Amino acid sequence: MQPANLLLLTLVLAVVAYGLGYARSRSLAMPLGGIRHLKSLPFYYGARAALWSGIPALIVLALWAAFQGKVIQLIVIGGLPEGMIPASEGEASLLLSKISNVASGALSPAFAEAPIAEAAERLKALRSQSQFLMSALVIAVAVLAGFLGWLRIRPRLNARAQVESILKWLFFSCAALAILTTVGIIFSVALETFRFFEKVPFSEFFFGSQWSPQTALRADQVAAEGAFGMIPLFTGTLLISAIAMVVAVPVGLLSAIYLSEYANKTVRGVVKPLLEMLAGIPTVVYGFFAALTVAPFISDLAASLGIEASSQSALAAGAVMGIMIIPFVSSLSDDVINAVPQAMRDGSLALGATQSETMKKVIFPAALPGIMGGILLAVSRAIGETMIVVMAAGLAANLTANPLETVTTVTVQIVTLLTGDQEFDSAKTLAAFALGAMLFLATLLLNVIALKIVRKYREQYD
Amino acid sequence: MTDQRSQAEIVRQSLKRRYRKERRFRAYGILAIAIALGALLTLFTDIIGKGYTGFVKTTITLEVNLDREMMYLDDPTDERQMKMADFVEPLIQALIQEIPGATEEDRDGVRDLINPYASVTLRDAIKANPGWLGTTQTMSFLTHTDVDVYVKHAGDEAYSIKLDEQQRAWVDELLERDVIETSFNDVFFSGGDSRDPSKAGILGAIVGSLLTMFVTLILSFPIGVAAAIYLEEFAPQNRFTDFIEVNINNLAAVPSIIFGLLGLAVFINLFGMPRSVPTVGGLVLTLMTLPTIIISSRAAIKSVPPSIREAAEGIGASRMQVVLHHVLPLAMPGMLTGSIIGMAQALGETAPLLLIGMVAFIVDVPDGFFDSATVLPVQVFLWAGSPELAFIERASAAIMVLLTFLISMNALAIWMRKRLERRW
Amino acid sequence: MNSINPTITGEASQPEGAAIPVQEEKPAETIIEEGKTVGKPFSGDPKFKLRDVDVFYGDTRAIKKISLDISRNEVIAFIGPSGCGKSTFLRCLNRMNDSIDICRVKGSLQLDDHDIYDPKRDVVELRARVGMVFQKPNPFPKSIYDNVAYGPRIHGLANRKSDLDEIVENSLRKAGLWEEAKDRLDATATGMSGGQQQRLCIARAIAVSPEVILMDEPCSALDPIATAKVEELIAEMSESYTIVIVTHSMQQAARVSHRTAYFHLGHLVEVNETNKVFTSPEHELTESYITGRFG
Repeated sequence: MQPANLLLLTLVLAVVAYGLGYARSRSLAMPLGGIRHLKSLPFYYGARAALWSGIPALIVLALWAAFQGKVIQLIVIGGLPEGMIPASEGEASLLLSKISNVASGALSPAFAEAPIAEAAERLKALRSQSQFLMSALVIAVAVLAGFLGWLRIRPRLNARAQVESILKWLFFSCAALAILTTVGIIFSVALETFRFFEKVPFSEFFFGSQWSPQTALRADQVAAEGAFGMIPLFTGTLLISAIAMVVAVPVGLLSAIYLSEYANKTVRGVVKPLLEMLAGIPTVVYGFFAALTVAPFISDLAASLGIEASSQSALAAGAVMGIMIIPFVSSLSDDVINAVPQAMRDGSLALGATQSETMKKVIFPAALPGIMGGILLAVSRAIGETMIVVMAAGLAANLTANPLETVTTVTVQIVTLLTGDQEFDSAKTLAAFALGAMLFLATLLLNVIALKIVRKYREQYD
Repeated sequence: MTDQRSQAEIVRQSLKRRYRKERRFRAYGILAIAIALGALLTLFTDIIGKGYTGFVKTTITLEVNLDREMMYLDDPTDERQMKMADFVEPLIQALIQEIPGATEEDRDGVRDLINPYASVTLRDAIKANPGWLGTTQTMSFLTHTDVDVYVKHAGDEAYSIKLDEQQRAWVDELLERDVIETSFNDVFFSGGDSRDPSKAGILGAIVGSLLTMFVTLILSFPIGVAAAIYLEEFAPQNRFTDFIEVNINNLAAVPSIIFGLLGLAVFINLFGMPRSVPTVGGLVLTLMTLPTIIISSRAAIKSVPPSIREAAEGIGASRMQVVLHHVLPLAMPGMLTGSIIGMAQALGETAPLLLIGMVAFIVDVPDGFFDSATVLPVQVFLWAGSPELAFIERASAAIMVLLTFLISMNALAIWMRKRLERRW
Repeated sequence: MNSINPTITGEASQPEGAAIPVQEEKPAETIIEEGKTVGKPFSGDPKFKLRDVDVFYGDTRAIKKISLDISRNEVIAFIGPSGCGKSTFLRCLNRMNDSIDICRVKGSLQLDDHDIYDPKRDVVELRARVGMVFQKPNPFPKSIYDNVAYGPRIHGLANRKSDLDEIVENSLRKAGLWEEAKDRLDATATGMSGGQQQRLCIARAIAVSPEVILMDEPCSALDPIATAKVEELIAEMSESYTIVIVTHSMQQAARVSHRTAYFHLGHLVEVNETNKVFTSPEHELTESYITGRFG
C-alpha cells in the first residue's frame, strides 16, 4: 500500500478505536448507574483508545517510510557480484540510478549488464516486499495497540489525565522539532564540511584567492584538483550585499521616516501596503527582473557612456536585491522609530525645533541602535539571498570591487555545485556544503547579534 | 528683555535656512517613497509588458486531406502502421494548397510554418477518429514558434524574426485571410513543460506546486499550532524552553538555501528518498515555514485575553480543556492568517527546491506525491534561463499566474484578519 | 447663552452621596455659565490675551469659550479636577496641539498682541519664545551638555564654542543644577535621578531664553525633596519669566503662584489672586474643589 493511503487507513483505524473505546466506556458505566460513575467523560476513553492506536502506528509508518529507501539501496548494492561492488559513494549513486532506471522501465533491461538487470529485479521485489511488510506492520501495530488500549478501559481509569498528558507530550515534541531542525542543519553541513577539509586544506579554502571547482576531465591536466579559495566568493557576496544596502538603507529608512512623521493617514494607508507588496514578491521574480531587464539596461547605459560593463554586473543583482530589501528595512525602522517615546518629540518640538531637526538630532540618534540591529538583519538576508544572484550574477569568481564587473557569490556556487550531475564525495560537491556551513555561521552570527541589539533597544523604552 | 528681543531676532533670521532644510528633508522622504513605488511599478509593467503575449497562441486552420496513400496508412488501429505512417505530408500539402503561389519547391519553407508537434496532434486525432482516414477535415494546429513570434512581435526590435522574406509574405497573407489567427492560449494552462515554447504549459508546475503546498500545509499547520500552544500555555520557565525559543527565532532568519542543504543531506542522502518529488519539497518547505507559523500563532494565542482563561478555569476546566475549548477557537483566525502568509512565502520559494532536484525538465503533469514534479517558481527559473525569447514570454506569463496566486492569498489573509479577528 | 451640557446634567442628576466625581446641589448649568469667569481674569498690558477660546478634539468640545489674560512675569497656576482641560489649554499657548490631527482651536489667542494661531505665524519662532516643561522628565538620550545645548544649537544662538559653554553653564546655574552636573557634563542625561532630569529639562528650556515657560504638572513624577527644589526654582525664575504652571497639587499652586485659575469640565470657572482663591473662593465649585469635596 502507498504510504499516503496507509496514512489514511491509520487515521480510519484511529477513528474506529475512538468509537469502540467510547462504546466500551458507556457499556461499563451502564451497570454502575450511568456515565456519572466514570472517572472521565466517555469522549476521553474514546480519545485515549484512538491515541493508543494511532500514535505507535504513525511512528512505525514514519520511520519505515524514512528509512526503507536507504535500507533497500544497501541491500541491492550488497547483493551485487564481487566485481561490481562500487568503491566510492559516487560510483554507488551512479550505479543505483542506473538500476532504478532499469527497474522503472525507463531503461530497457536489454541494454544493461546482466548483474544490473538482476539487481533491478531485486530492487523491484524488495520494494514491493517492503511496501507489503510496512502495511502489515503498521496495521498490526494499530490494531494491537488499539485493542490493548480498549481492553484496559476501567471505570476508575482517569482517561482525561492520560489523554491530556499524551497531548502535552505531543505538543512538546512539535516545539522541540525546532531544535531537531537546527541539529539537522548543523549535522548535514558539518559532516560534509569535515570531509571536504580532508580533501582540501584549511588554508587553501580560507585564504586562497582562486575559485575554480570545475574539476578537470583528465587527471594529468593542469589544476586537475580545481581551486577552492573562497576569498573571491566572499568578496563577491560582500560587494553585492553592499550595493543592496546602499539602495535599501537610505530608501527604506527615509520612506519609514516620511511615513511615520509626515504622511497623513490616507497616504500611509495606501503606501504601506504597496511597500509590503514588494516584500511579498518571490525572489525568482526579482531574479527575472534583474537578469532580463536591469542588467541589460545597465550594460547598455554604461556602453552609451563609453564605460565597459558586464552583462551580468554585480550592480544589477545588487540594486534589485536592494529593492527587495527596502520593505524589510522600512518596516523594521518604522517599528524602531515608533518605539521612541512621544515625549522625546514633544520635548524637542517645544524647544522650537522643526520636524526634521527633531528627527535628525533627537529621534534618529535615539533609534540608532535599533536601526543598526535592523540593518544587520537586512545584511544577513542579503548574504543568504539566492535566486536573484543565481539568475543575475555570474559564475566567474572575479576578485574585484568594480560593480560593473561580474562577480559570483557563495549562494550561487552552492546552487551551481549541487544542481545537475553530481558525484557524491568529490571535493566539488563537498565544497558546496563547506560554503553552506560558512553561510550558516555568518548569518547565524549576524542574526544573534542583531536580535540582541534590537531586544536591548526595546527594553530601553519599555 | 533686550537680550530676549535680540534672541528672537536671531531665531527669526535663522528660520528661512531651517525651513529650506525642512523642505529638503521632506523631499528626500518623498523621493525615497517614489523610488520604492517606482521600482514596484517598473517591475509590474515590465513583467506584464513582457508576458501578456504569453496568454495568446497562434493557430493555423487547414483543410487536411487525409489520403491513405500519402500517409502510408491503411488501418489506424494497427500500432505498427501508425508508427510508420507519415503525418507530416498531409499538413504540407494542405499548406501548399492554402498558400497561393506556393509549389512543391517550397516544401521546406512551408513546413517551417507549422509546429513540429502538429503531426502528433494529427496522429492523435486519427487515432481517436479512425473514420477520418480518406476524408478531408478542417483542423486547427499551433503554428511554428517562429511564426508565433513574428505574428506577435513583428515590429519589436528585441525579438529576432527567424522567418525569411518569402515566409513573412505567406504569413501576412494567411493572417489577412484569417487562416492564421491568434486566440487565448489554452495550451499554456493545459500542458506541462516542453522543448517547444508554443507547446509549453504551466499545468504541470501548478499541480506540482499544489501537491507540494498540500504536504507543507498538512504538516506545518498542525505542528506549528501545537508548538505554539506548548510554548505559550504549557512550557515551564526554564533553560530548555529558552533554548527552543532561541532556535525558533534563529531558524526564522536562516537563509532558505540552507534548508535545501538540509533536505539534500537528510531526506535524500540519509533516508534515500527520491529526488524531485513533491513530498520531499513539502518536507523542506515545512521546516522552512514552521518558524513563521509558530511565531504568528503564538501572537494569536497571546492576544486572547486572560479573562477568558480565568473564566473557564474558574468553573473547573483543566488547562488542556481551557486551551482546546476556549483559547484555540479564539486564536484560530490569527493562526490561519499567519499560516496563509507562511504558505504564500513557501509557494514563492525556489532556492531550496533547486537543491533537492526539483529543477528537472518534466513534461508530464505529476499524478502523485511521489511523482517527479516541478513547481511554479522553479518553472519560471527554468524558462527565464532559456536563450529563446518565446520562453521568456512564457516565464513572464507564469510569473503573472504566480503573482495572482500570491496576491489572492495575501488578500485572503487581510480579509480574514479584518473579518474574523476579534478586537479585545 | 445657556447651552446644556449633557455630561454635567447627567452627573448632577445622580443622587447625593453616591461615589461620583461631581456632587452638586443644583444642576450644573445654573452654576457654570459658559464664557463667564468670576474673579479677575483680565489685566492691563497682558503678555497673553486670550479671548473666547474653544478647543475641539474631533467632535468633542474640550475647552469652552475661555477668556483670560496672563500678565508679564507672573506665575499663574491652572488647577482643577482631571479632564478639566487645563493641560489642553496650556498646550494651546505654544501650539503643541498642532501635532494632534483631530485637534482644532477657535477664538483669539494673542502673545504680545500678535495672534498665535495666525496661519502666517511661525510655530518654530513661537516655541522658541514660549518654552515648555512636561509632566514626565524627557531628557534626550544624549549627554547633559548636549541636552542643554540642543536649543541654542538648532536656533543658532551661539556663534562660538565658548558662547555655547556660557549658555549651558548659565542655564544649568539658573536651574540649580550646575553644582551637581559640572563635573559630568558628558555623562548621559538618562542616568540622572528623576528630579535632576526635570531640572535639566527646565535648564534646557531656559537655554533658549524664552519669554514664557509653560509647565505641565512638572512635579507629578518627582519625590517630595525634588519637588521642593523645583518649586524653589520656579520662585526664582518668576523674576525673569512669565510662568504658566498646571498642577494637581493645590499646595503647590498656593506655594508658587501669584494667581490661580480654576478649570472645570472645559470651563474656566474662577481666576483670582492665589491667596484669595484658597482663602475665600467666590464660586461654589471652586470652594468644593479646594475643600476636597472632589478632585
